[in-house]
Order: sequence, then C-alpha cells, then structure tokens
Amino acid sequence: MLAGKAARLGMRALGSGGTALPGLVVERLHPQATERLAGRLSATALITGTNGKTTTSAMLARILRADGRTVVHNRSGSNLMRGVTASLVEAANPLGGLVHGCTAVLEADEAALPAIARAAPPTTAVFTNLMRDQLDRYGEIESIALRWAETLADFPTDATIALNADDPLIASLATCWDGPCLRFGIEDADVPPAPSGEIVDAIWDPATQDDFRYSRRYFAQLGRWHTDAGVERPTPEVSADEIVQAEASTQFVLRLPEGSASIDLPALGLYSVYNALAAATAATALGVPPETIKRGLGAHQAAFGRQEEMVVDGRRVRILLGKNPSGMNQALRTLQRPGERHHLLVLLNDGIADGTDVSWIWDVDWESQAEHCESLVVGGHRAADMALRLEYAGFPAPRGPVANDVGRALRAALDALPQSERLTILPTYTAMLDVRQRLGRMGAARLWDVA
Amino acid sequence: MGRGLMSSSNDRRLDVAVLYPDLLNLYGDRGNARAMARRCAARGIEATVTGVDIGDQWSPEQSDLVLIGGGQDREQRRVQADLLRRGNAIRDYVNDDGVVLAVCGGFQLFGHQYRGWDGDVMDGIGIFDAVAAHPGPNVSRCVGNVVALWEGETLVGFENHGGRTYLNDGQQALADVASGFGNNGGDGLEGARVKNAFGTYLHGAVLPKNPHLADRLIALALERRYGPGAGELEALDDGAALRAHAEALHTALSATESPLGRRFA
Ligand SMILES: [Zn+2]
Repeated sequence: MLAGKAARLGMRALGSGGTALPGLVVERLHPQATERLAGRLSATALITGTNGKTTTSAMLARILRADGRTVVHNRSGSNLMRGVTASLVEAANPLGGLVHGCTAVLEADEAALPAIARAAPPTTAVFTNLMRDQLDRYGEIESIALRWAETLADFPTDATIALNADDPLIASLATCWDGPCLRFGIEDADVPPAPSGEIVDAIWDPATQDDFRYSRRYFAQLGRWHTDAGVERPTPEVSADEIVQAEASTQFVLRLPEGSASIDLPALGLYSVYNALAAATAATALGVPPETIKRGLGAHQAAFGRQEEMVVDGRRVRILLGKNPSGMNQALRTLQRPGERHHLLVLLNDGIADGTDVSWIWDVDWESQAEHCESLVVGGHRAADMALRLEYAGFPAPRGPVANDVGRALRAALDALPQSERLTILPTYTAMLDVRQRLGRMGAARLWDVA
Repeated sequence: MGRGLMSSSNDRRLDVAVLYPDLLNLYGDRGNARAMARRCAARGIEATVTGVDIGDQWSPEQSDLVLIGGGQDREQRRVQADLLRRGNAIRDYVNDDGVVLAVCGGFQLFGHQYRGWDGDVMDGIGIFDAVAAHPGPNVSRCVGNVVALWEGETLVGFENHGGRTYLNDGQQALADVASGFGNNGGDGLEGARVKNAFGTYLHGAVLPKNPHLADRLIALALERRYGPGAGELEALDDGAALRAHAEALHTALSATESPLGRRFA
C-alpha cells in the first residue's frame, strides 16, 4: 500500500529538475516574448544572490499564494533568461492571457540578472548574499558586484530593493540606489559565532579601502560589520530574533515594519533563517500582511534537493545541497548537533553547472564535521579529489571503492546503511539532480508526502 | 637515509609562512599549507604554519618555506605595497636557497610586473624574470584543467587566470604544458623556477594531489636547514593522492574542447 503510493508520488514529486527548453524555442522565435508576457504581470519579484535563491523563491511563492495571489514561478535551476521565458510561456498557455494579473517570482542567476531585469522589470528585487561560487563560470566576486551596481540603473525607479544588511557586499548596493529599500538581517545576539577558520569574502571595503570589522559573524561574511571610517551595518527593517534550532524546524521571532510574528520554520540552519527573512522582506514590499507571511513560512516545504527528506526501501534519506564553500559549510553546520553522528554520501561533480574547478572543496571546513561522521561513501566525477580532501580532514576511510558513478556510490551507501539509520547525501548541483532522479526511480517518496 | 638516523632526527622542524592568507585564498590554495603540514607530520617533522598579513612583523629568514596563493586583481593590488616592502628580504632569502611556492596571483606578483585588464601596471618583486599582462576585459580568461610535464612526471591542477605570463630569455619554466593553457596559452610553458623558488598557475590545490612536488619542496627545505642528506624522505601511503592525481589527469585529457575557452593545442 505504502510502496504503491510511494511509487506514484515518486513519479510526480521526484521527476527531473525542470527544463528551460520551451523558453529556448520562444526566445529564438520571438525575442520580445518575455518582455510582452512580463508586461502583463501585476507584480514581479526577482531573487538573486549566491546562495538561497531557490529556497527564498519557494518561500515567497508560498507566502503569496497564502495571500490569495496567482503566482508564476520559474522552477529550480531554470534561472537563466530562457528559464524565465519558459515559466512565463508555460503560465500563458494554453489559454493565453493567464499571465494577466499574476505575480511572478523569478529566481535570477547572478550573471543573468541584468538581462532578466530588463525583460521583466522588478517590482521588488531581493539580493541574498554574494560569496565565492563557480569562479570558472561567474568570474571573480568583484565583477558580479560591479554588474549588479550597474543593473540597478535599469530598475523602475519605484521598485523596492531588498538587501541583506548583514552582508557588507550586499548592503553597499544601497549607495547605488535612490528608490525604496528594505533591509533584512539577524538581531539575535546569542547566535553562535562562525568558526574562525571559515573563509570570509568581504575583507575590506573597496569604496573606502578600510577593513571590514565584525563584532559578530554568523557564517561567511554575514554578521554585524563596520569600518573605521564609520560605515556600518544598517539597521534592518525586517529582522529575526530569539532564534531556536529545534529537531526539524527553526523557531524565531520575525520583526516586520507592520508588526511581528513568531515563526516555526520547517527548515534547518541559519541560512534558512536568512532565506525566510529575504522572502518576508520581498512579501512586505509586495504588501503582504505579517499574519499571512507567518502562515506562508509555516507551510514551507523544502525546495528541490535542498534539505529534502525522503524514504526509499523503508529507509530515510536526506539531501543537503552544497554547491560552494559557504553553502557546504552551512549544510555541514546543520549536521553538527551534539551527540549526533551521520552516515554520509558525499558526491562531487565537476560539470558546468557545478563549476569545473573542484579547488573550492579546500575552502570548506570539513575538519569540523569529521567527528560527526559515522560512515562515509564518496562518489561523483571527482570522487577521488573528494576522498583526498576528506582524508585530509580526518574522516573515516570511505566504504567501498571510490566510484565516479553516482549510481554505484548511492547503491554502496544504501547497502552499507544500517536499517534504522538515515543516510545524509551532500551533493553538488548536477550530482543532486542525478542522485534525486535515481532515488525517484527507486520509488522514493518525500517524507511529508508519505506522512 | 637509514631508519636509525630517521628516528634520531625526530626533532626536525620546518616553519612554513603563508603570505596574506585572508586576501589571497580565492582558489583553494590553502590546501597547500595543509599538504605541507600533513606530509611533514607523517614523517615526524614538526611543521608550523604561520600567516603573514599586511604590516605583520616577519622576516623570510624565520621561515623554511614560503607559500603565496591567488586572489582577485583587487586583492593583488591590496597586498602589493606590503609585498614590495618585503621584496629585498624575499630576494635575499631566495638567493640563499629559500624555498617558495607562488601560485597564480602570487606567481604574477613574484615576477617583474603585472599589467591588469585596465592597463594599470603593478610592480612585482622580480624573483622570476617574467612579466605578466592581462590582454583586456574582452579577452577570455585561461580556465580549465591542466596537465604539465615536470622532470618526466605529470603535474595536474586547475588554472583560472586573466593574466598571461611571459618568461624572459634565460628564465627557466617549471614545466611543459601537455593540456591546458599554462603561462600564456602560446609557448607551451607552465610556471617558472629560480633556485628553490617555484611559480605556477596551478590550483587544485596543487600540492595535495601532486605529492611528488610537495615532497620536493619539503626535501629542499630540510636540506637547506639541516644539510645535505636531510632531504631524503620516507615514502608515504599516497593512495588517495595518487587516485586524485589520476582522476584529474583523466578529466583533463578526456576533455577535447573546453566549454569555457580555447585549449592550448
Ligand atoms: Zn588562478
């Protein structure tokens, strides 16, 4: 009974990661299609940044639906121009005109933001954070920051930009913007500080040449920062306080310009709190009341491959995507609960969408996770590179042969998993797509779909 | 070196300095210091790793091994004045057979000069008789997996650099490019070597998966500090490192055309 339901749900819920193909066709046939369709929307929210785009978009879409709006939403990973086009075309077809009056929630690739913002001018635009990621593809952080600053000049002057106050590279965008601006950040003084060895991408202020100083740092460069020249973290209009990490959710008090709400967010880790703040800020800019934001966040379900938990062959499997140093560090930190040890499957691919350079694994603080690892299987195109990194970090020796093939690695990890235990998969992006598809074929069902 | 001598020299130590660890750390180069510490520790050699930041009190003579990594152009500009101030001391150290590994941005700063994409010229400390220039914002970077031949063995790594380095006559390259761009994508050369100073564009990080290069640096540093013969190292179980090396080799050589740019032919 359960297996049958699981298989059916598996087919539905665990398909591929979405396609941008219709967008490609339309883009070729009718280059203005996106602009035309976007012109019929009642509001457009763009979400960009290094980490948290997909989850923030999912949270915002849920909040807006809770507010009774019809939402057009590009699917995870389809965050280039053609993915945006595809989602608008899909919403407009087959009856045509469905886009009318919709609110679009569009995740925008960091480098694609300028083109997307021109085609679909934002009502509100969220900038989550800016950190090292796929340097072979995006180039260095400096060039993205410059491009974003230039793009602001193309935004409608009444657009509200939503900025992460805790990220100095994001907060500084306010100096390039005369229109409305809302900031979000963490106000809780009891959040444990980041490990000192963690990489920080904002060392000094390029505008003043002064060092950024951090009186608190939660992870990467997110925290309470200032410079000796008196530039400092702005006070956020939207903030989180009294953050409590529970077993399967994160509780906090959400402060909004129009009041506050206590949130029970079904997601783990501080990065999830930032995603919720980013979504709440965009929702506020779109006129959603606090009660509805609370309802929307409370109903959050993990986005594709991000903290998803599923059941396969009666065993629990969890996927925590980690595609760059800060993302992986955060994924690892959610695992570091006292007394907990994990069965890990770490999958490293070097496809274009992963970044063809795997050097970044040396910037991840694996060392702090070693003692929380009960057993290890390594896989992916660059499994041997990963195995070497984890050997350096003091992990237990990987079980079975190091498999470049994701399927073999998954099989080995499941075979070695004790019946009552849970497998935690830490994949890069294309490895996540691959392993998720395989789990789908094995009949995996998301935990909340089964329950 | 016999076993007895090995154990009697257990109090050997090496001091490793990492220049600008917070500013020049963009491409995983911190793995190089980890490789040094780990491979020393496995042989009972105590290695200490010290970061040297802008303005820090440090003399190269305190160190047996100096590491410098890669960063953004902006970060290279940031450290340049401080590095120039230390230029004479580092040149003396290299002339006195001091061991250096300079990667990417660090390699460029250890040449005579680097002309950035905007035409701005940055002086280097001239350890290597080489100049680097960025051909401009509209020319693609040299990005991709690299295989180079070094003393009959392969070096593997990943390169990502806008600047092209040209060695002057008489300047020895570190290795020959088998796949990838190397110094400039034109002359088939990768890196540079002067005495015990090694310059390279290879990230990866380069030392963990090129254990033979890592051990060469350790051996040179030990010989300089403890005299001839001190550089003979016990072999380690390098299974994981050699598998990573082979995998990188396979990845580089099986890619016919890089999706990100022209490959060196
Ligand atoms: Zn580089």
